[in-house]
Amino acid sequence: MNFWAVGLFGSVGAILRFLIERWTAAWWSSPFPWGTLLINLLGCLVLGWFSTWTYSRSNLPAWLRLSIGTGLIGSFTTFSTFSVETITLLQAQLLEMALLYVLLSMAGGIVFSWLGYQIYRRQSHRKIRRVRPL
Amino acid sequence: MISLVWVALGGFLGACTRFIISTWGNKKFHPILPRVTLFINVSGSFLLGLLVGGAWNENLYTFLGTGFMGAYTTFSTFNMENVQLIKKREWKVLFVYVVGSYGLGILFAGIGFYGGTWMKG
Repeated sequence: MNFWAVGLFGSVGAILRFLIERWTAAWWSSPFPWGTLLINLLGCLVLGWFSTWTYSRSNLPAWLRLSIGTGLIGSFTTFSTFSVETITLLQAQLLEMALLYVLLSMAGGIVFSWLGYQIYRRQSHRKIRRVRPL
Repeated sequence: MISLVWVALGGFLGACTRFIISTWGNKKFHPILPRVTLFINVSGSFLLGLLVGGAWNENLYTFLGTGFMGAYTTFSTFNMENVQLIKKREWKVLFVYVVGSYGLGILFAGIGFYGGTWMKG
């Protein structure tokens, strides 16, 4: 059950990534891989929020948690495309661009995951305040 | 339209492969360093490098590259694990994990790329 759900949601994640890559490639004709960076950082933000949210939802079925977290968002973001794009930039002797891409991914990935986690924490704090009258 | 089918099929298989390896790996090892994701990301980078370096036909790239390798490797899980290491204040492990993932990922993508170019002749 979990297996099929992860696969099915995984293919949806891959299709979304494919479409966004195409769309950004049509918009920006720069060798800088904006598409992958956008996809990866967006995925980090959503997974940061989602995995903290599911932590407090013990009644959420495991297959749903796995298919969205591991399947959909896991397949939407990609590490292999990032690595190969860095090599392609180095190959084209765009050294500064390659360095910028690695640094933006490195810092951005952690910052956006952290942000997703913090957004959920703020939401839950607000809820608690609303429930308990001061 | 046909490329969407290839991406979907590759994405299905890639996500399932990652799920199987990580379920198995996380049962077997209980380390503080998330070595299962590290293995997945580095091996996927190598294989995608091989594919891109070889410049095989476009449908194969859409299926294996965009679909399978794209879904098999993951950036979001990797960074969630980084945040968990930050929350646990495991700075040394975080450093090793981040530098190891980016360093080995890019290195193996490069080795794969040159391997692919060489195979193509």
